[in-house]
Amino acid sequence: MASTAVMSTVAVLERHLTLYRRLFWASALSSFVLPVLFLVSIGLGVGGYVGDLDGVSYLQWIVPGVMASTAFQMALGETTFPVLGDFKWTRGYHAMRATPVRIGDMIAGQVLFLMVRVLPQTVVFLLVVLLFGGLRSWWSVVTPLVCAAVVVASALPVMGYAARIDNDGYFALLFRFVMIPMTLFAGVFFPVAQMPVAAQVVAWVSPLWHGVELCRAATLGVAPPWPIWAHVLCLLAWSAGGAWFAMRGFARRLAV
Amino acid sequence: MAEEPLIYARGLVKRFGEFTAVDGIDVAVERGEAFGFLGPNGAGKSSTMRMISCVSAPTAGELRILGMDPVRDGVAIRGRLGVCPQLDNLDADLSVFENLTTYARYFGLSRAEARRRAGELLEFVQLADRSAGKVEPLSGGMKRRLTIARAMVNDPEIMLLDEPTTGLDPQARHLLWERLYQLKQRGVTLVLTTHYMDEAEQLCDRLVVMDGGRIVAEGSPRELISRYSTPEVVELRFADGVDVAAKLDGVGERVDPLPDRLLVYARDGDAAVAEVHRRGLAPSSVLVRRSTLEDVFLHLTGRTLVE
Repeated sequence: MASTAVMSTVAVLERHLTLYRRLFWASALSSFVLPVLFLVSIGLGVGGYVGDLDGVSYLQWIVPGVMASTAFQMALGETTFPVLGDFKWTRGYHAMRATPVRIGDMIAGQVLFLMVRVLPQTVVFLLVVLLFGGLRSWWSVVTPLVCAAVVVASALPVMGYAARIDNDGYFALLFRFVMIPMTLFAGVFFPVAQMPVAAQVVAWVSPLWHGVELCRAATLGVAPPWPIWAHVLCLLAWSAGGAWFAMRGFARRLAV
Repeated sequence: MAEEPLIYARGLVKRFGEFTAVDGIDVAVERGEAFGFLGPNGAGKSSTMRMISCVSAPTAGELRILGMDPVRDGVAIRGRLGVCPQLDNLDADLSVFENLTTYARYFGLSRAEARRRAGELLEFVQLADRSAGKVEPLSGGMKRRLTIARAMVNDPEIMLLDEPTTGLDPQARHLLWERLYQLKQRGVTLVLTTHYMDEAEQLCDRLVVMDGGRIVAEGSPRELISRYSTPEVVELRFADGVDVAAKLDGVGERVDPLPDRLLVYARDGDAAVAEVHRRGLAPSSVLVRRSTLEDVFLHLTGRTLVE
């Protein structure tokens, strides 16, 4: 049974890759070019006024934030409309449901596809940033893994959410009340410690903040604000809870 | 020793909250048969199909598919079924060919095998020339043929077709029927739902008539017609709204007044027409035809199939 699960998961991954091949050049812009533009404009532009932060240049300081939030946004982009679409418009999940592919395989295959997206995206970003002198530690090599963890921790709950809604208007709620606050208060552009406690709480529950802090610890070679295990545990909790939420959402939607 | 039926249901029930979609049906489908569920919309056909395709769990009763339990062995059963759903769920952004290869991979076929199978099946459903094209510009009939090809990709023992020709034009329907007949000739067991009596007559060796979640009759199309109808039917239309039904008493075996016409069930249609004229009635149109499953359904339920 284990081997059929692997086979089915790979088959689902292949479907997403086949679909993605058509969109590659369109998405290359947002995956590879946009984060660099962000870095240049804010890192050098805003950085010129801000000067140093925590003893490093502003550019070096925001590199890990831009990296993790790019991964976060990719995860949300790929698990909102595409997931709802496969329930509602193309009915791709219903097509899979009629085959030996299980619900767990559908979700695992899609998350695997997100790994194929996030890892090259982060590696390319790292190489570009390296040329700008944005990295200060060899620990930078673990950042692709941290970004992958951010993707899993944010994609799974959003998949569960997308499986439960019938109208894409609900995504506006998700973007306005979850994604934007979590991005703004996740320590991407400024340290959350200088914020009021209420905003800090938003950061603490956001999977993105934990990812940003772990990436920052890695690229700057410093210790993160919480113990590493605590940040990792939060990401794991989001992933485990999200997996449960997504599995139930998919099962209910496909059972009818 | 007789082989266990491929599909065996006893007292099968499906409820959605308070609503009972399938209300205790008994069905047995043998290998190589073409079996139909005939009934109007809302009769419980699609709910039954979803239980058979191991997508929706029965609320009560016994169901065995290929000798296995659809809840426990869903993965193993689905691997041997071909499902052509009522709503197309093709991947609009993939090519015609990719739709088949992608789906084949869900069944664990190797990439090479998937490509070989896809080529073969596109020939079979006469879409080989559209192989590299997108799905979106295909006509309704072509999309349905592609869905059928996709359902065949794992060489299934049972093909489940939920209203395979609903919404298609007559030419597309005939082409589809012809392909399905070919499949049946190859020994594939076909199970289909339809609310078209001509489709049921064309394709089914045996069928059940469903109404309100229950089975109201079972048999071959011929048997059902001879049991519940007469060999011929005369359709009479009268110009004015005069009630002539009473004057037709005794013509044929039974008279059924419909809003727009009268149906006279008779062993000999021409004799019945002669009797109508002998009584001095002047219908504006007369049609003598052989009895169909539509007449059976009308007799059993008092309603027409397609409303």
